[in-house]
Amino acid sequence: MKHWWWKITAVVLLVVASVAGLSVPLAPALVHVAPDRLGAGTMEILVTGYNTRFTEGIAVRFKNGGDQFCPQRLEVVDATHMKLFVDVPVGLREAMTDLSIGDLHYSGAFYSKGGGEGFPAMDCGDDAPAQATKGFVFPNRSILYESIRNLHFHVPMWFTMIALMGLSVWHSIKALGGRNVLDHDRNALAAVDVGLWFCGLGLLTGALWARATWGTFWTSDVKLNGAAVTALIYLAYLVLRGSIADPYKRARLAGIYNIFSFTLLVLFLFVVPRLNAIDSLHPGNGGNSGFNDLDLDNRLRIIFYPAVMGWVLLGLWMAQLRTRTARLAEQLDL
Amino acid sequence: MYAREILTLLKLEIALDLRQRTAWGGMLLYVVSAGYVAYLAIKSVQGASLWNALFWIILLFAAFNALTRSFQREEGGRQLYLYTLVHPRSVVLARTAYNALTLVVLALLSLLFHSLFLGTYALEHVAWGPFLLAVVLGAIGLATVLTLIAAIAARAGNGLGTMAVLGFPLVLPMLLAVMRASKLSLDGVAWSVTSTYFLGLVLLNVITMTLAWTLFPYLWRD
Repeated sequence: MKHWWWKITAVVLLVVASVAGLSVPLAPALVHVAPDRLGAGTMEILVTGYNTRFTEGIAVRFKNGGDQFCPQRLEVVDATHMKLFVDVPVGLREAMTDLSIGDLHYSGAFYSKGGGEGFPAMDCGDDAPAQATKGFVFPNRSILYESIRNLHFHVPMWFTMIALMGLSVWHSIKALGGRNVLDHDRNALAAVDVGLWFCGLGLLTGALWARATWGTFWTSDVKLNGAAVTALIYLAYLVLRGSIADPYKRARLAGIYNIFSFTLLVLFLFVVPRLNAIDSLHPGNGGNSGFNDLDLDNRLRIIFYPAVMGWVLLGLWMAQLRTRTARLAEQLDL
Repeated sequence: MYAREILTLLKLEIALDLRQRTAWGGMLLYVVSAGYVAYLAIKSVQGASLWNALFWIILLFAAFNALTRSFQREEGGRQLYLYTLVHPRSVVLARTAYNALTLVVLALLSLLFHSLFLGTYALEHVAWGPFLLAVVLGAIGLATVLTLIAAIAARAGNGLGTMAVLGFPLVLPMLLAVMRASKLSLDGVAWSVTSTYFLGLVLLNVITMTLAWTLFPYLWRD
């Protein structure tokens, strides 16, 4: 039991993070308006929400360049659909009009030609009590929506991979040190083996996420290039090992390649993207808002950190098992 | 400390290559024929980006061809003999310096043939200073990364195949930065913008050299 504490921790963290990551609901948000263009005159607008609870008498406001107007009448279809009947005034100043319903805001919901002179602000009466967001929810953002849960799976894969490759380099350094060469070499290989699986899973979850949000499985992005280079480097590492018969020579050459390439890889993954950061579509790069901005109340972080720790521990555990089976296979001469 | 050793080894390399001129002839012929094939395939290149991409791809393959043989002379007894005479770090530094020299000359010659075959249209707005610096730094960068890889591939006992598999993913980061810097220079972008890339390239070269310097002694002993 004493030796198992970190494995038990890993399982508990993974189960908690995965269940919570998949089951926590998204915050309510306004996701769609039809039509999304405003012109002066009477209009009927259908608003679609996500996880919302629309009720009669909820405060609906249109905001354009400091002026506001409100619908003549609203018709709640169901909890997530609402019809607004609105007399759009002449003289919209800005091209974009924001919509707020209760405490939900949809900025830039409507497009209009804009450039008008403004209009007298409409008296919309008192605001109905705000529909406060209740409970523990994930942020709901345009283009991410439910896929935001992938944060707890996609990102830990890369953390785990880097941790395993780092472990592998440490064993490679030890192997070059000259004591227990073959043991350290076996450990280094096991870590790379498992790390490559995490690289594959990272690519898979990333490709699915990219398809859902950016519309394509693969794009030219510095982080994607980094992932591809990582996969190529470690596949080359396996090819190099395969081409050398003598185990001591193999340990030495593979160790040298491992240390050399890991250092260059770290530079490529963490320094080169700073050089041309404008190329990245990823959150937090190239002027994109990061998850820090989305996650103002730390609800993603509460699940994300345990998920990272759980996956990293699981990766180390897998590498340990891989080492043991490899050692047994050698002893049995399989 | 090793300065004299390095200088002697460098002279040895040059003397050996001068005695064996086919090697240089082969490299030059490779660059010329690759440029000519590119010319036959697309006649004349109008855009700077295609011109730039072709130039670096030809140079990349030329570098692999040129550097693969850089450790293949030391087989068996010769390596042992060299090991008893000089420090392995002198060997790797001298070899890297010589490879860098080779690739810089090869890159400049390649540039000449490239402009001859594919036209100088892409060079109309070029900022010569940054562009030539990009070419030189790119050639040196390829040499620093590929020298250690060539040594590993030679020790593994395989030729161009292993060298390409091991080397391609590692030169990619450097190549991307170099291609970007040289494309910007071709478009006539000023120093103030491109200097970040050059600084990054110099840093990358220094780190790669340090790694090669640290790791080579382990590779060299048997």
